[in-house]
Amino acid sequence: MRIVVGQGSCGIAAGAEKVYSAIEKHLSDKSVLSITGCIGMCFLEPIVDIYDDENKLLRLVKVNEDDAEKIAEAIKCGNLSTLENLKISPEDEEFLNKQTRIALRHCGLINPENIEDYVSSDGYKALRKVLETMSPEDVIEEIKVSGLAGRGGAGFPTWFKWNAARKSEGNEKYLICNADEGDPGAFMDRAVIESDPHNLIEGMLIGAYAIGAKEAVVYVRAEYPLAIIRLEKAIREAEEKGFIGENILGSDFSCSFRIKAGAGAFVCGEETALIESLEGSRGMPRLKPPFPAEAGYWHKPSNINNVETFANVSWIILNGGKAFSSMGTEDSKGTKVFALTGKIKRGGLVEIPMGKTLRDVIFDIGGGIRNDASFKAVQMGGPSGGCIPAELLDTVIDYKKLGATGAIMGSGGMVVMDENTCMVNMAKFFLDFTAKESCGKCVHCRIGTKRMLEILTRIVDGEGKEGDIELLEELCYGIKDGALCGLGQTAPNPVLTTIKYFRDEYISHINEKKCPAKECTNLLTYSINPEKCVGCSLCSKKCPADAISGEIKKSFSIDTEKCIKCGQCKSVCRFGAVEVN
Amino acid sequence: MSCCNCRKNDLSLLDEVLEKYKNVKGSLITVLQKAQEIYGYLPTDVIYKIAEEMNLTPAKVMGVATFYTQFRFKPVGKYLIMLCQGTACHVNGSERIEKAIKDELGISDGETTDDGLFTLKNVACLGCCSLSPVMMINEETYGSLTPEKVKTIIRNLKEGEK
Repeated sequence: MRIVVGQGSCGIAAGAEKVYSAIEKHLSDKSVLSITGCIGMCFLEPIVDIYDDENKLLRLVKVNEDDAEKIAEAIKCGNLSTLENLKISPEDEEFLNKQTRIALRHCGLINPENIEDYVSSDGYKALRKVLETMSPEDVIEEIKVSGLAGRGGAGFPTWFKWNAARKSEGNEKYLICNADEGDPGAFMDRAVIESDPHNLIEGMLIGAYAIGAKEAVVYVRAEYPLAIIRLEKAIREAEEKGFIGENILGSDFSCSFRIKAGAGAFVCGEETALIESLEGSRGMPRLKPPFPAEAGYWHKPSNINNVETFANVSWIILNGGKAFSSMGTEDSKGTKVFALTGKIKRGGLVEIPMGKTLRDVIFDIGGGIRNDASFKAVQMGGPSGGCIPAELLDTVIDYKKLGATGAIMGSGGMVVMDENTCMVNMAKFFLDFTAKESCGKCVHCRIGTKRMLEILTRIVDGEGKEGDIELLEELCYGIKDGALCGLGQTAPNPVLTTIKYFRDEYISHINEKKCPAKECTNLLTYSINPEKCVGCSLCSKKCPADAISGEIKKSFSIDTEKCIKCGQCKSVCRFGAVEVN
Repeated sequence: MSCCNCRKNDLSLLDEVLEKYKNVKGSLITVLQKAQEIYGYLPTDVIYKIAEEMNLTPAKVMGVATFYTQFRFKPVGKYLIMLCQGTACHVNGSERIEKAIKDELGISDGETTDDGLFTLKNVACLGCCSLSPVMMINEETYGSLTPEKVKTIIRNLKEGEK
């Protein structure tokens, strides 16, 4: 029997560490207790998995500290039926059952802090196979057959980059993992590193072998402290076992590993900016060509891939490239991991074969919109992506097809929005982000993002002017054309897609000074419905602006000149008399 | 207004870090990170010391330090509240949480309370999106926040200080 408590960052934020300690306190035999990483069912955290002697799983969800004693007692008596009320429901179980996990195949099933767990799950077998039976060219060919494309967002064929780095002259080459997962709303890479760090290491070692690199570096963003701790431990364990270091597994291949923590700059997710940062400089992108495969880190041939890209490599080597390419569409092979969040009933990590639709992910697996509100849009690809409306829910998940909507596949962030989300405000939110994160090197991005933000701010503040939409569009196309790197080139995407699919909201903000989603405070008018108001005066007492007046037991009213639209009156009114228009 | 950067700091605390890294090319950011771990922020005299030991101009060091949001140039309170500004948190109401913090402590982004206990910093996505809105206070993460919950958390921390 084993008891496993999920301990990814989400689980810990939900209280999983406290649950673990509480269970440990009450257990007589503590050796049965261990941890796992991110199971990916964030909406059910904290999760406690109990495996019986036949390895049959009883999954307990939303467990809190008070349940610990009951759990320990049930295990002691051998009577797990007392835990029925904590058991996962069959509907919620479908969240995982409907997925096809390759990159995430060990997440939530092994202890990320124990290499033995990884090894006994076919861990490092792919590396052994590569070193004993395959040449670097064989490895590149297998990756080519698989059709694996960069999972960081660009979707560029992985084999091509590896081949280019392999063919570059010189003995000093570098294999770099981009773990600077900066897209707000994305946490797929964090989950892989926290839950299955050895899979990442193994994928990187195979990549290093393929290109001829002797040094592998993982650039992890500073905001992921647990991922850094777990990866550091995994590297030490791998070194002790001889998977990292000199003459790995008795071969001629040697490779060292190190971690470099980022320091908080979204632009460092761009590969040349990442390299600049690795070199200790400001993370400002370089002109390409030359591409990193030719001149990257210290101007030596370097290959940079995303965490999820590497997480697929060992599976491809063990099962063959054809098995991977048998899944997906003509243009997009294999699976993709998505971080499904926002106004969704079941939020977490979803890995599915390319070719499924957005509807499959959001409604079939995600359970649809929280509180049964109506779906409005899904934002994909972070600040580089776009908002896809309800009429396009049957869009197939495929690099080209998603690109045709104006959005992008992106790294995998999928933020779901309902009717209460203002799309103009969303565009402003993303521009606020990109304007702050712009490195400042090129005029188009540095000044262009600021100008777009200024216009969007005026619009949401009720100061939109005739011609603003056309001006925004003109700016967008100009910035896309002139920006130096992907950050600037894609910064206009949220604006362009929201104008394309939600133009009427922009028109409403500009011409009528109204926010249809009732989110933009400056465009709201608070009033009291005299038919519902009982004259209790609570709103008047709460109002920080002294804007509400009236007589007790008679209807109160709001002076709109004084009203600062803080919403306090609405939140305290017990009679629903405060209305927002 | 006190000029906290004029305070003399014990620069010998940097010796071990500088010994290890000063001749390792590309390690400026690592040195700055270690320095911030020691002092809690990057005081001016520390910047000058790093520049001197690593054979760089102070302008170059400041140029790198100011590029990255992780680096602070003023001391922070005992409790550093990092409020996530990610998309999921935004969609699920992080603005209300920021307002609640302002109501409770009287501070905005980048400010510290007069008693030096709390600093608020709006930060980029923390990657706990399913529990949005999320904040971290020092090493601890708090999810599924509501304005009431945030005020309770802050009040509990204040209580603990008494």
